Amino acid sequence: MHWNSVGEFFAMGGYALYVWGSFGACVLLMVVEPLLAKRRLNEVRQSLRRERLADELDHQSGTS
Amino acid sequence: MGDHGRFKGCIGVSQSLIQWFRYASPQSFYPLAGRMIPWFWAAAAVFGVAGLWISFFVAPTDAQQGEGYRIIFVHVPASWMSMFIYLVMAFWAALGLALNTRVSGMMAQALAPTGALMAALSLWTGAFWGKPMWGAWWVWDARLTSELILFFLYLGFMALQAAIDDPRRADKAGAILALVGVVNIPIIYFSVKWWNTLHQGSTINLTKAPSMAQTMLWGMLLMALAFWMYSIAVALTRVRAIILERERHTEWVKHALE
Repeated sequence: MHWNSVGEFFAMGGYALYVWGSFGACVLLMVVEPLLAKRRLNEVRQSLRRERLADELDHQSGTS
Repeated sequence: MGDHGRFKGCIGVSQSLIQWFRYASPQSFYPLAGRMIPWFWAAAAVFGVAGLWISFFVAPTDAQQGEGYRIIFVHVPASWMSMFIYLVMAFWAALGLALNTRVSGMMAQALAPTGALMAALSLWTGAFWGKPMWGAWWVWDARLTSELILFFLYLGFMALQAAIDDPRRADKAGAILALVGVVNIPIIYFSVKWWNTLHQGSTINLTKAPSMAQTMLWGMLLMALAFWMYSIAVALTRVRAIILERERHTEWVKHALE
């Protein structure tokens, strides 16, 4: 371990902006992208469920 | 007798082929992808934690670049994945053109945004590395320019597919664009050799021993594995959404949701 303090770790030997700017962008995008993909999947599932429910209701009112 | 044996052999081969093609149908690929996703997330997390640990706490300070070199642990994996995902995307696109399988086009479409993200990260982290080491966020150098073209190829692929309403035609048009763009991949890869460039040469090379400390190499490889597993997990999530979107009027989709 070559960091003597937490402050030294975050300072990154004077390259804080560049190192954290790079790692930060990666973390940010790699958190956002899966959430967007998951939302897209949930949205299409939701709309399919609504469609099915509508079909069932149609069916019920048609037969009764 | 001999003919009979050959006939049985043919059936055996075609049955195992059918086993494989079974997964080429959206209907069976949808649940399969759903079962695989958690495992890829788990692998991405394990490799990511190990890779970050090495990146920040094990890998020594670089003699020339101090702590600034640590950007390599995200820059190289993002750059590798941006090229690799493109090849995989072009492979699926070509398969879709040749065999007209439905899942192929969906896979290509699912991979493009993740590839674009990797190319963007490669450019971004490259800029944040270039600024302290070269004194410039950007230079019009062969490596950087060809990577920028790769980013635009992904965007173009996505825009082209979004502009065509019929998904099958969109797949075909996208596939042709993807295949033409493949020529850019070797250009990126060999750009540091072919042209005189500011960008450093490859740190890892198939013919020579790597020119870096063992621990740095391990950190880079673990991070690359983490990015790889991440890409598979997120692309599989997206392909599931695409499958449902495109197949929404089929009978199986109605039963696939619980």
